[in-house]
Amino acid sequence: MQEAGDTLMDEEKATAPAATVDLAAEFRESGVKEILDELDRELVGLNPVKQRIRETAALLLVDRARKQLGLSHQTPTLHMCFTGNPGTGKTTVALRMSNLLHRLGYVRKGHLVSVTRDDLVGQYIGHTAPKTKEVLKRAMGGVLFIDEAYYLYRPDNERDYGQEAIEILLQVMENNRDDLVVILAGYADRMDKFFSSNPGFRSRIAHHIDFPDYTDDELFTISEGMLGEQNYKFTPDAEAAMREYIEHRRAQSHFANARSMRNALDRARLRQANRLFESAVGPLDAVALSTIDEQDIRASRVFRGGLDSDKPGSPKA
Amino acid sequence: MRVTQGTFSFLPDFTDEQIHTQAQYAIDNGWAVSVEYTDDPHPRNTYWEMWGHPMFDNPDAAAAVFEVNECRKAHHSKYIRVIAFDPSPGWESIRMSFIVNRPKDEPGFRLIREEKEGRSIRYTIQSYASDRPEGQRYG
Repeated sequence: MQEAGDTLMDEEKATAPAATVDLAAEFRESGVKEILDELDRELVGLNPVKQRIRETAALLLVDRARKQLGLSHQTPTLHMCFTGNPGTGKTTVALRMSNLLHRLGYVRKGHLVSVTRDDLVGQYIGHTAPKTKEVLKRAMGGVLFIDEAYYLYRPDNERDYGQEAIEILLQVMENNRDDLVVILAGYADRMDKFFSSNPGFRSRIAHHIDFPDYTDDELFTISEGMLGEQNYKFTPDAEAAMREYIEHRRAQSHFANARSMRNALDRARLRQANRLFESAVGPLDAVALSTIDEQDIRASRVFRGGLDSDKPGSPKA
Repeated sequence: MRVTQGTFSFLPDFTDEQIHTQAQYAIDNGWAVSVEYTDDPHPRNTYWEMWGHPMFDNPDAAAAVFEVNECRKAHHSKYIRVIAFDPSPGWESIRMSFIVNRPKDEPGFRLIREEKEGRSIRYTIQSYASDRPEGQRYG
C-alpha cells in the first residue's frame, strides 16, 4: 500500500524547480525583516546576539532558496544553545526565535514550550520516559526551550533519572529534526561542563549564542522602558538615583541584570504607593500617581550595602 | 480479505505524510487525536486498546505521527487506527477514524448459521484470526 503514496510524491518532485530566486523579495515577503527590526527596536543592547540572529536568518533564507532551486534537500540542524547570566534576555530571544523560524517555514506552528528539569524528569523508575515524550510531543511543530539544561545531568548521582531524559531528548533531536527545534539555555560555565560530560549534545547543536551582561546605561534604558510600559516615569532626581542604584546593585550578590531591575522597580512602586497613601491629603492627579520620586528608590537596602545576611561578617539573621 | 472500516476505508492505506495532513485537519478543528490498536477485526469491536492518552494539547500533528510509529514498533502485526474526538457536544464523540496499520495477512471472516426454533436461521460472522487467543492471532 506504500506504493500509492510514493507515486504521489514522485509526481510532486517532477514539477521542475524554479530557475532563479529573488532573495530580497523573499526577505521582504517572509516577514523576517519585521522580526529583525522588532528585535532591534525592542531589545536594548545584546548586539552580538542580534548579529548572530541576523546571520542565522540569512543562512536559513539562503538555505530555503537553495531548496527551491533543488540544490539541497536536508533540513539544516537548528538546535541552539543560549548561554549567559540570569536576566540577559535568553527566554525573550527564544520566543522571537520561534517566531522567526515559523516565518521562515522551519517550524510549522511556531509556539514555544518552555520547560525545566522538573517537567522532563520523573520521580520514580519508568516515569521519566513518558513524561519526557509528552513534553516533546507538545513541543512538536514548535520550539522546546529547556532552561538551565545542565540540571538534567547530575554527575554525583549515577542513578539519576536525568540521564534517561537526555537520551530520549537526543534521540528525538536527531530523528525528528523536521518536527521540533530544541534551545538549551543556562550559565556559560555550567553549560560547558554539561556539554563535556554529554558530548552527544554538543555535536547536535549547531548554534551557540552567548548573551553578554548589560552595561549600566543599557540597564537604565531597560528600566525606563519597563516603567513606561506601566505608565510610570522617573523624576530627574529619581533618574540619578536609579543610575546610582544600578552601580551599587551590580556589585552585590545575586545580581540578575534585567530581572533585578524589574524587582527594583516593583519595590519602588510599592514604596511610591505607600508614600502616596500616607502623605497625600487632597485629591491626586494622574501625574502624581504615575511618578516615581527619588525617595522611592533611595529607600532601597541596596544603598546601605544590600541584604544584611549577604554582608560579610554580619551575623546570620 | 482486506478489512475496511472507518473514514477513508475504500482508499489505499495512507502514507505518514497523509496521516499527518488528516491529523492536522482534526487538530485544527479542535478535535483531540488518539491512537488505538487491536487484533480483533470484528466490525462491532468498538473499544480498541488505547495507545497512550488522547493528545489534547498538541498543536501539531507530528506528535500523532510519532505515536503511530511508536505503536507500529510495538504492534506491527495488529490493526492500528487514528481517531479524532470532538468534545463540543459535551461528550467525546468520534468525528474521524481511520486505519493506519494492518496485519500482512488478513484471513477474513467465516459465516456462521445458527439453527433456531421453527427452522429459522440466525446469521453471524466470525474472523478466522480470532480462532487463536488474543495476542497470537497475526504472525
